[in-house]
Amino acid sequence: MNRTDKQGTIREINGPILTIHLPGIRNGEQVKIGELGLFGEVIALKGETALVQSYESTEGVRPGERVNGLGRPLSVELGPGLLGSIFDGVQRPLDKVFLESGDHIGRGINLPALDRERNWHFTPEPDIEIGSTLSAGQLLGRVQESAIIQHRILVPPNLSGELLELAPEGEYRLDDPIGRLKLPDGKNHKLMLYQHWPVRTPRPYLRRDHGLSPLITGQRILDTFFPLLKGGKSAVPGPFGAGKTVVQQQIARWSNADIVIYVGCGERGNELVDVLETFPQLQDPYSGHKLMERTLLVANTSNMPVVAREASIYVGITMAEYYRDQGYDVVMLADSTSRWAEALREVSGRLGQMPVEDGYPAYLASRLAAFYERAGRVETRSCGKGSVTLIGAVSPPGGDFSEPVTAHTKEIIQTFWALSKELADARHYPAIDWVGSFSEHVATAAEWWHKEISPDWQHRRKQALGLLARDAELSRIVNLVGPEALSSAQRWELEGASLIKEGVLQQSALDPVDTFSSPEKQFLLLDMVLMIYDRGAELIELGISVQELTDLPLMAKARRAKQTFSSEQSDKIRALMEEFKQAFAKIRLEYAKFKEHAQ
Amino acid sequence: MSAREYRTASSAQGSLLVVQQAPNVAFGDQVLIRDHLNNLRNGQVIRTSEDEALIQVYEGTGDLDLENTWVRFLDQPLEINLSPEILGRIFNGIGKPKDNRPPILSNVRRNVNGSAINPAARTYPREFIQTGISSIDGLNSLVRGQKLPIFSASGLPHNRLAAQIVRQAKLVDQESSFSVVFAAMGVSYADARFFQEEFADSGVLGNVVMYINLADDPPVERLALPRVALTAAEYLAFDLDRHVLVVLTDMTNYAEALREVATAKGDVPSRKGYPGYLYSDLAEIYERSGRIKDRHGSVTLVPVVTMPSDDITHPIPDLTGYITEGQIVLSRELHNQGVYPPVFISPSLSRLMKDGIGKDDTREDHPRVANQLYAMYAKALETRNLAAIIGAEELSERDRRYLKFAEAFDSQFIGQGEDEDRSIIETLNLAWELLSMFPKDMLTRVSETDLAKYHRSDK
Ligand SMILES: Nc1ncnc2c1ncn2[C@@H]1O[C@H](COP(=O)(O)OP(=O)(O)OP(=O)(O)O)[C@@H](O)[C@H]1O
Ligand SMILES: [Mg+2]
Repeated sequence: MNRTDKQGTIREINGPILTIHLPGIRNGEQVKIGELGLFGEVIALKGETALVQSYESTEGVRPGERVNGLGRPLSVELGPGLLGSIFDGVQRPLDKVFLESGDHIGRGINLPALDRERNWHFTPEPDIEIGSTLSAGQLLGRVQESAIIQHRILVPPNLSGELLELAPEGEYRLDDPIGRLKLPDGKNHKLMLYQHWPVRTPRPYLRRDHGLSPLITGQRILDTFFPLLKGGKSAVPGPFGAGKTVVQQQIARWSNADIVIYVGCGERGNELVDVLETFPQLQDPYSGHKLMERTLLVANTSNMPVVAREASIYVGITMAEYYRDQGYDVVMLADSTSRWAEALREVSGRLGQMPVEDGYPAYLASRLAAFYERAGRVETRSCGKGSVTLIGAVSPPGGDFSEPVTAHTKEIIQTFWALSKELADARHYPAIDWVGSFSEHVATAAEWWHKEISPDWQHRRKQALGLLARDAELSRIVNLVGPEALSSAQRWELEGASLIKEGVLQQSALDPVDTFSSPEKQFLLLDMVLMIYDRGAELIELGISVQELTDLPLMAKARRAKQTFSSEQSDKIRALMEEFKQAFAKIRLEYAKFKEHAQ
Repeated sequence: MSAREYRTASSAQGSLLVVQQAPNVAFGDQVLIRDHLNNLRNGQVIRTSEDEALIQVYEGTGDLDLENTWVRFLDQPLEINLSPEILGRIFNGIGKPKDNRPPILSNVRRNVNGSAINPAARTYPREFIQTGISSIDGLNSLVRGQKLPIFSASGLPHNRLAAQIVRQAKLVDQESSFSVVFAAMGVSYADARFFQEEFADSGVLGNVVMYINLADDPPVERLALPRVALTAAEYLAFDLDRHVLVVLTDMTNYAEALREVATAKGDVPSRKGYPGYLYSDLAEIYERSGRIKDRHGSVTLVPVVTMPSDDITHPIPDLTGYITEGQIVLSRELHNQGVYPPVFISPSLSRLMKDGIGKDDTREDHPRVANQLYAMYAKALETRNLAAIIGAEELSERDRRYLKFAEAFDSQFIGQGEDEDRSIIETLNLAWELLSMFPKDMLTRVSETDLAKYHRSDK
């Protein structure tokens, strides 16, 4: 937009917050600040002055310099070319910024998010007729955006009208109009391959729908124990180093989503580089294509300006909604929502707003809730069902889950993957604590598992959780009075729990085989260790010693099975189960003979 | 530089000075302040409006009188001159010589605040650095371009460990060593002296540049010091192609100085009175480490953080841990048992280890051996706790094995001499010697191939 007519001057600069004199500016409007042309946003009005937050460092800026209103709120460009890219917190393309300003991010760089030079092959929908009335969000045509993603070009969700023109199939650049719409007020509107949308406004859809199928992540503790549905909301809280980023990156790698949007919000630069360097090489286990073809990154690393951090998750979720509107299942990962909340706190502190808890403003909880509310499975305007699954990391100070961000988040989400320092310190990865975690989706997920994998799923899951609970109880006894106080059956329970932990729950993200586990493999491993436990318990009841069973060399094989056999080798896991059954039968037989002999 | 001096200071408190009728001063501007004795002080504009500027004075406002204070705005941010001549020199927190030698003359001037490295410009750090210390190399490996702090506490040998790392750090099979940037904030004279002598004794002084702010130097200067030091490090790494090892000690003193200034400014405090932006502020420092595409050099960062009352959840180590790529944690218990270096491996971590070790970097079994040692040690610690309650004689034979392992591990693997420089192969072999205290069946984290090749049972 060229509405740079609104011009004012800077009165005061306090870090990223400026006071400007600019009558007529709107709250939320974007501004260009000073000679450097820094980007910012109006966050409050007071008479003829406005408070502005700057997305870039204000070093060197002086009172008296100009400020221009840009006539619209912070918005993103939505169109083909998003996938495979890395953007900063206000959607500047970082690879292009690199070409422009080198190793370090310069200031006042004004680059469009999407590449204007690139040609896209557009195919209009065959059944659309000139002169017909197009509704908001209607499907206009398609562009093959990446090897796997067909980008659906939609009428912007806030426009409708009579179609005056539609371009024929062919190559177009983003700035080439592909159609013209006569709006109800009589004005003509050019349709492009891309559109704008203000990031703080959720994109509309027809209606909400229920989540039905689980998001398969290939991570056993998630899928089998604390499942998340497509369209669900989830949080991963944990102290530093417990594994939040690894959990999120594993989901980015292995989940059966169509699109993955990974927002590095106030975290490490190298973690994004890790994705940027490995995803173009890694294969999506479902489509066989490279992971980068379905991935999009937003990066406001911890050393980038705090204010843009606040914007980054809205930029991310708006792009997620845009692909949802095309009928895709989108996963958005936000690492970390705590850094976003801290950015809120920082700005509110500078505005002199009254802090309520740990310095956070009173609106923390409502902002968090409104953000998570943008997740969900919906009936889109023209592309069937689509979903946004939202998974936020939470970084509680000192690992204390009672702090405001964790506490409020916990009330909003449906799946809670609690990471524990004790497990991480013992190198039990993923360090997801089965006591503190929960999922409200188990019943729905069970339907899927029963149908697709095994009717025993829910029973086995419950049995495993039961054994783990017994383990905690018995371990307390051992720590009071020593292992001698336990009966053989109880000691075998401990062994069973240890098998579940080592053979099923622990899963190394770094092991080439173990990093991904298909649902079938997940169930087989669980079924195997529980079968071992059940049959062993029978033998122990007969009087066979626990040690005789734990000393079986086969036991090491059960613990190693997850990294020995890949997801394609279910038959080998079944064969191992057979081996166990035979070994146990043999023990039973020998024991019977021995007993007979003894009598 | 504007020649105009303002004599319009209207208030002075702690390190903050307010100057009136100074029109349109740039945010972040450097300031020179002349006091009644004609002594010069340095400052920085931290808030500015059309007619008033708030200045943070590095040397503090002690002894200023408002009548006789002259303030000059330099029209530029804090910058330092850089040339290869900085090696071998000692500077203060704002880059002024502290060794009675002339200032650096150069046409390379850099703003010390830097600006964020574009993630699209980075490359992932992958090159294993051998420190010769088993607890680090074997279990928490450091790679070039990593930020890996030492979490310590008062009275623990973090300085000796940092010095040993500086002395021994090298790439495997390479003698090429690092250039060192040593940044000391609020340290005692004795500690600063210790490092100087260390560098002198190992003959590396000519390859070291020091930025020193002692415990009795102005605390506000500590806020600029790590930025100045890292600007020098970036220059050495990315202009001069050197591999640079930066030691920042002690980040706790830095954070305390920050809290002091934040409180004076009236910033909203979050935990323990530290300002809410402590995280971002620390990140601005730590994130300056790394590797950059098509650049030969690297900046590897080893900050020292002393944990107030040995508390790892205190905001300073806590926020540091949330930013850095792991941490080496020292334990008072091990130290009291006479183990040097007293590295407690359970809470220690190196996140960048995964890409720096293994077949082409160290040895193929390394990742699994590290994993197995961790698993055995975790179990051994559990057993130790149990033994403390019920007595070691009550333990099963299997459990007693863990106890023996823990003892050997602490004394032989963790413990080593201050001058002992173990190669990574020696470290891994030692690991197998200890793991071989267990039968093969109990070692499920290593592969069967590893067992066949390295387990000592059949040798
Ligand atoms: N599933 C896993 N398999 C193997 N290693 C893991 C796994 N999960 C975590 N780790 C180890 O733990 C380290 C820390 O994990 P991660 O970086 O995800 O922590 P985090 O919770 O995101 O910490 P921070 O809050 O500081 O960002 C990893 O670098 C890795 O070494
Ligand atoms: Mg993380």
